[in-house]
Amino acid sequence: MTANPGRRGALLLGAAPLLVLALGYVIAAAARHADNPADKILPLPGAMAAAMAGLLFEPDQLSGQYLFWADTLASLWRLGAGLGIATLCALLVGLLLGALPPVRATLGPLVTAIAVIPPIALLPILFIVFGLGETAKVALIVIGVAPFMIRDVAGHIGALPREQVVKALTLGANSWGVILRVALPQSLPRLFEALRLSLGPAWVFLISAEAIAADVGLGYRIFLVRRYLAMDVIIPYVAWIALLAVVMDLALFHGSRRLFGWAHAGGR
Amino acid sequence: MLSLRNIWVEYGDKVVLERVSLDIAEKSFVSIIGPSGAGKSSLLRVILGQEKPSRGRITLDDAPLPTECGPDRGVVFQRYSVFPHLTVLGNTLLGLEFAASPIAARLFGSARRAAIAEAEAMLEQVGLADSRHLYPAQMSGGMQQRLAIAQALIKRPRNLLLDEPFGALDPGIRGDMHTLITRLWRENGLTVIMVTHDIKEAFGLGTRVLTLDKRRHDPHAPQRYGAGVVYDLELTRKQAGAVPLAAAAEEVGITIDTLGNN
Repeated sequence: MTANPGRRGALLLGAAPLLVLALGYVIAAAARHADNPADKILPLPGAMAAAMAGLLFEPDQLSGQYLFWADTLASLWRLGAGLGIATLCALLVGLLLGALPPVRATLGPLVTAIAVIPPIALLPILFIVFGLGETAKVALIVIGVAPFMIRDVAGHIGALPREQVVKALTLGANSWGVILRVALPQSLPRLFEALRLSLGPAWVFLISAEAIAADVGLGYRIFLVRRYLAMDVIIPYVAWIALLAVVMDLALFHGSRRLFGWAHAGGR
Repeated sequence: MLSLRNIWVEYGDKVVLERVSLDIAEKSFVSIIGPSGAGKSSLLRVILGQEKPSRGRITLDDAPLPTECGPDRGVVFQRYSVFPHLTVLGNTLLGLEFAASPIAARLFGSARRAAIAEAEAMLEQVGLADSRHLYPAQMSGGMQQRLAIAQALIKRPRNLLLDEPFGALDPGIRGDMHTLITRLWRENGLTVIMVTHDIKEAFGLGTRVLTLDKRRHDPHAPQRYGAGVVYDLELTRKQAGAVPLAAAAEEVGITIDTLGNN
């Protein structure tokens, strides 16, 4: 329980299972290819590299775009817009919901009602209302993650010790002052944490929306090439999505530690 | 003079305090003791303005005391009195910033420099001058309470309310804090009202000790009767610094006021 592997040791230990997984895949792929050189289910790394090179470095004959980069840009734009709007909503609504009991009484049930609807069930409505363009995809991400983030931030603010509010009032604060100087700064680290936890669901909603109706995007491409059993494209795309998600997660984790050192002082 | 006239605190049919009438003299140090659930903290919350008494009247120099928390009354709680997201200096500045800037709640330029100078002088008084850039999570409990006191005193309140301020501290640290609070009380001409569990602390620091307890008890409906002031001890000859209880009992004259409160 208390044995600590240290920084470098932890890195090595963490990399080991990933390497074992990759090695296992290569062995399995090689075995299949020994039986059937035309196997498409477990492509060898060389085949994946060749397939990806086409998407990475050669413009598409039809559209003239570099497909891999166009897909990545489109997906990241949708994800960023959705998460950005959701984060702003969470900060504004969550703060007011947590800090002001009348607002909580008014809007709390609405947020709860939206939060319990499975967002994917709303996707047809979104497509009907917003059309098949970008708006519906961004809206799905917002509706999918914002209620959770709002409730998380509101709960955190609502649970701030009563003493802090009373103390601020005895220091001459009005309600606005308490929200601005006491509630807002203490909600930010929690908001980062909620955003981190929302990354996973946000990717799910993005890929779902792209799979159903899109003409560009990482999820669109995966579901498009599925028809040709093109595992040599699907597997690198999935690995790329995983890499993007990990980078975002780490950026939020370290960003929060750098910006809100006070909130992490007790940890480690 | 802070006057409480026939204060009652009731939650539904549960009576917490009943018929509490007190006159608290300017610049006195009043300790409030009593068993758990005897309404010590409720009384403090009423004086603080955090809670409205269900009956009765509170006046400060014959003017009714506003029934909401305001900068005329400073407070230090046992815990959570300081803001974890602000440094020692930021915590101390906060009171000045709220007063000077109601919209932004921040100060800039020369006003900020003046406020920082004032805050640093206050931190000097409580012995935190070297810790001004630390966050509360990096400090011991005693340092946090010093900070809470500095944060409250920067508003120059006339009344300082302490709710078991030293209850969570080690005995050694507690002794230091007793010396500190006694010095600050004398130097700043404060009226201090302190709730405590520690009888020794109550007699050692206070110029007056109030004991809250239930005068009547109905075993079938324990919530029926509230607590009141059962002993009101004026420590007429106050020694400097903390006096141990045994010494206090021998040296200090105690008058038991049996008229006003029973």
